[in-house]
Amino acid sequence: MEKLKYERPIIKKLNTGFSNKFGSQLKNEVVTHLEGVGVKELIRQYGSPLFVISEKQIRRNYQHAVRVFKTRYPKIQFAWSYKTNYLNAVCKIFHQEGSWAEVVSGFEYEKALGNGVPGNKIIFNGPDKTDEQLVKAARNNSLIHIDHFDELYSLIKLSEEFQLKPRVAIRVNMDTGIYPKWDRFGFNYENGQAWNAITRIINCENLNLVGLHCHIGTFMLETGAYAIAAVKLCDLLRNIKEKHNKTIQYLDMGGGFPSSNTLKGSYLPGVDTVPTIDQFADAITGAILDFGFRQDELPLLILETGRALIDDAGFLLGTVLANKRLSDGRRSTILDFGVNTLFTSFWYDFKISPAQDGGQYTEETVLYGPLCMNIDIISENITLPLLQKGDHLVVHRVGAYNMTQWMQFITLRPNVVLLDQEGHSHLIRKAETLDYIESAEQIPAYLKKDTPS
Amino acid sequence: MRFKRNIATSEAGFIFNPASGDSFSSNPIGSEILTQLKEDKSRQEIIEVIASRYDVEKNQFERDLEDFMSQLRDYNLLDEN
Amino acid sequence: MKTETTNTSTRRKLVIAVTGLNAIDSPGPGVAVLRAIRECPDFDVRIIGLSYEPLEPGIYMHDLVDKAYQIPYPPAGTENLLHRLKYIHEQEKIDLIIPNFDAELFSFIKLSDDLNNMGIHTFLPDLGQFEARHKTMLFKFGKKHKFLIPEDRLIHQISDLTKAADELDYPLVIKGKYYDAIIVNSKDDAQKAFLQLQAKWGLPIIAQQFIKGTEINIAILGDGKGNAISIIPMRKLFITDKGKAWAGITIEESSFIDLAHQFITATKWRGGCELEVMQTNDGKAYIMEVNPRFPAWIYLTAAAGQNQPATLVKMALGEKVEPFKDYVAGKMFIRYSWDMIVEVGEFQKISGMGEL
Ligand SMILES: Cc1ncc(COP(=O)(O)O)c(C=O)c1O
Repeated sequence: MEKLKYERPIIKKLNTGFSNKFGSQLKNEVVTHLEGVGVKELIRQYGSPLFVISEKQIRRNYQHAVRVFKTRYPKIQFAWSYKTNYLNAVCKIFHQEGSWAEVVSGFEYEKALGNGVPGNKIIFNGPDKTDEQLVKAARNNSLIHIDHFDELYSLIKLSEEFQLKPRVAIRVNMDTGIYPKWDRFGFNYENGQAWNAITRIINCENLNLVGLHCHIGTFMLETGAYAIAAVKLCDLLRNIKEKHNKTIQYLDMGGGFPSSNTLKGSYLPGVDTVPTIDQFADAITGAILDFGFRQDELPLLILETGRALIDDAGFLLGTVLANKRLSDGRRSTILDFGVNTLFTSFWYDFKISPAQDGGQYTEETVLYGPLCMNIDIISENITLPLLQKGDHLVVHRVGAYNMTQWMQFITLRPNVVLLDQEGHSHLIRKAETLDYIESAEQIPAYLKKDTPS
Repeated sequence: MRFKRNIATSEAGFIFNPASGDSFSSNPIGSEILTQLKEDKSRQEIIEVIASRYDVEKNQFERDLEDFMSQLRDYNLLDEN
Repeated sequence: MKTETTNTSTRRKLVIAVTGLNAIDSPGPGVAVLRAIRECPDFDVRIIGLSYEPLEPGIYMHDLVDKAYQIPYPPAGTENLLHRLKYIHEQEKIDLIIPNFDAELFSFIKLSDDLNNMGIHTFLPDLGQFEARHKTMLFKFGKKHKFLIPEDRLIHQISDLTKAADELDYPLVIKGKYYDAIIVNSKDDAQKAFLQLQAKWGLPIIAQQFIKGTEINIAILGDGKGNAISIIPMRKLFITDKGKAWAGITIEESSFIDLAHQFITATKWRGGCELEVMQTNDGKAYIMEVNPRFPAWIYLTAAAGQNQPATLVKMALGEKVEPFKDYVAGKMFIRYSWDMIVEVGEFQKISGMGEL
């Protein structure tokens, strides 16, 4: 006699005000394959946990964003925000598509050069640029976005000393009606600081003011804030033209568009509520086009979109290590990845799918990582089919800020593979090894003696 | 440890504890185990029966049964003596 | 109880699904809505109750609700909701859904095209109309359309309370983002209320000018083109400690009717809604809140001669309806709660299988 398919026995209390399976996740879709490649097969080949990035999805996102903006505005340029994901393979895809590079440190700047980005297509942002980096960026004709007066004066001094004529912009912060205001970066619009900086730059022969920059926040849910920001930059641009007869070439609106992840604490899921890129494009281009420039006066519009272009191209595959019953009766599941690997779990309630059929019964469970830390929680409460040790899970929308902010804590960072457009997998970052981690360590001679046994 | 006598189980997998007024539901294999508990089958007997009927290794099922029993205990469905 | 007034063969057969079958001391409108629909002699309805929790009393009112199905909570997202509704539609062939919860409306509005493609009608405001009247936007909305709305400030950090109090003066109403309001008279109380509401509903908190007066609620049915098809104002006669009307009376007062017309003209509201109005002693009418659905006392509109739920059904199905002219002033409702007796098996069925 053939044996029946086994399923773990469960008993659930029928609570009076409690979500059961009809109240929550009904469509527990099983994700056995990513773009035709088997999850099990990927894990067999590359181990678990494993980051998987879809090239197809990156290109689709990028081309869509470009199309959305180009159909509304004549001059558009994207600059890939390195901090979002600076694995070279990922950057190269964006550069192939025509994206410039947006960097915020000397480290990222060197990475961009290493990826073959011409110096004049690198935007150098951020409050931390050393004198050497500023000189190098100036010599490379990169776009230097000045963050504060100290940097402005350093740059004036350096450009005189080294006979440079750097192309610069200032970062402007402003009230766009959203909270919190990111007023710690750049020069404030409302109190006249931005205008002072502009005047100072224009009065300096060595600096060539070519653009105005802002980045009003990240994971922005109000499209209207971008319209306000755009109008304020347009206003500066017009004043520069009127008072100094100088034409500014570009407005850089920064990044900040959300992905369709769900922020912790939000009532409705991100897929239903986050505005589309079309809506942001309407707000931004609408504000600029309505400002009253002549067609030939329209500045180039630069976007430093990060998260929205990469988040949904990244997946994290993982494995169930154990199931456990907590003292209050809740079910918990321990996974082989934690907040060290999945840094963005501090902000998101992820969509997580089982990678194998688990039957029709579901259970609410807490998902823990493997770290010996109480904060290592991937999900406080998620409804999943009954998982067994060794089962696999797929975490969706993890492409942004994980492969740059992940932490090497008590274990090693895992492999990252890229699925190319034909569905072949390529290792683009090797799992770390003990040797790799220790290669940077040194032991003082007096500690080298063998420890007594 | 025994399944409480007065607890009502139904075909559809519902369980009602008249002493507390609580209702529960279980999946088919859960209901099957409850029936066996009612018949005073020992834990070992249950393991034998389930392992012969279902595609599961005994020690896997043993762990799952332990978890199931601990839930029954938590829900106050077992007689402690 | 089904009324057998008209010959059933001439009555239109309809399957109508309704949410909001819950009842606590601030009850859901669902039962009142379907009671009004059942009383309309023009149709022969099968009522499908859509519930979130197994103890919603409407599920067990078998005279009013023919069959109940549980649906997923709004946080589960529209994909899950649509999945469930497809299943229910396969069983029931639903003609129309009338959602009655604030928190679920976003999802139903988002899905209205999908539902329409499945042959399920809805009669809802669009997202723009829906968002514009949200608590955090109401003051802006009032300014734009020249309505009197109590002035408010959005508070993101506790230190901003002082500034708001300086500008608006005590007493203040401190409100949570979604629900709850606390009236405060001092800085201490305001801070306490802020912390309490922040813990419950998150930020921002709304600090609103306190308005003293008589509470009037107006139930309105808009056609989506700027016409009010029905307007019924009701004065609250007895108010629970949660601020809900436990008894009320229809009143005839042209200033409220005018206000309702202005509101509908300004918003082109589609579907049912309720204006919560505070009339001050000097006769000013402030709009305190706009509820984007029928109120729980909606059956009073049927009793007063303008059956708003039944009229909504007709409009949703594309019938042309003329605006109502008259209603009876002085019709009262007095709420009563009733202990139904239910077998545990029914409770098990709805909670375990999601259907009853
Ligand atoms: C200056 C700048 N530009 C662009 C970005 C990318 O932002 P996002 O990923 O939100 O699009 C950031 C990230 O914080 C940034 O600081």
